[in-house]
Amino acid sequence: MLTVTEGPLDASALLNEFEKTAMGAGAIVSFTGLVRAEAAAGQVKGLYLQAYSPMTENGIQAAIDEAKTRWPVPNVSVAHRVGEMMAGEAIVFVATASVHRRAAFEAADFLMDYLKTKAVFWKRETTDQGEAWIEPRADDYADAERWAKSSD
Amino acid sequence: MARILYFGRLSDLTGAAEETVALPDTVSTAGELRQFLDLRFEANGALLEPTVRIAINNELCFDTMAVTETDEIAFMPPVGGG
Repeated sequence: MLTVTEGPLDASALLNEFEKTAMGAGAIVSFTGLVRAEAAAGQVKGLYLQAYSPMTENGIQAAIDEAKTRWPVPNVSVAHRVGEMMAGEAIVFVATASVHRRAAFEAADFLMDYLKTKAVFWKRETTDQGEAWIEPRADDYADAERWAKSSD
Repeated sequence: MARILYFGRLSDLTGAAEETVALPDTVSTAGELRQFLDLRFEANGALLEPTVRIAINNELCFDTMAVTETDEIAFMPPVGGG
């Protein structure tokens, strides 16, 4: 299940919906990313997320498919917001379900690292200091590297 | 006319997120298009950075890939969401 939308994300509703589709699982992990109020450049007023369809959706779907081959997670839900949003609002929601918790935690972590560094989005932050395009931090790339296979 | 898209910070440089361009005779590959547009926008190499990837018709490509008048060509600086 993948949604890329300009509308607000209601993480509670998404989790409720996911729990219905993942009926029978022994473990559900969900993650919600929010627009931070504080940034290096100052107080965040807003964030703009740009996507490139269908490359954005195709890439996320491929990451979901990879997660399903690497971990026993039959149910995965990813929702990502695009367009204009404000501090405190949900920008991303990821949920995974499995028989046991470890697979669900790891698959969700893997998907978030994909979304932070490889998903086809561009972010522009508006702070009290003005506007600036934000690219992934070194830490984000280091996090994503943890999942590299030795054959990569 | 090829349709050219500039994502993220590149649209600040080019002044528009997209445009249509008649490809000159000197441009037959993605790499040659980079060179041509970098000069045209006086971008001082911003479009030549290896971290700026090019996609032709929604597929990432190498600079050696051929470009034609019917293509949609996207210039993509480093990506990331979440």
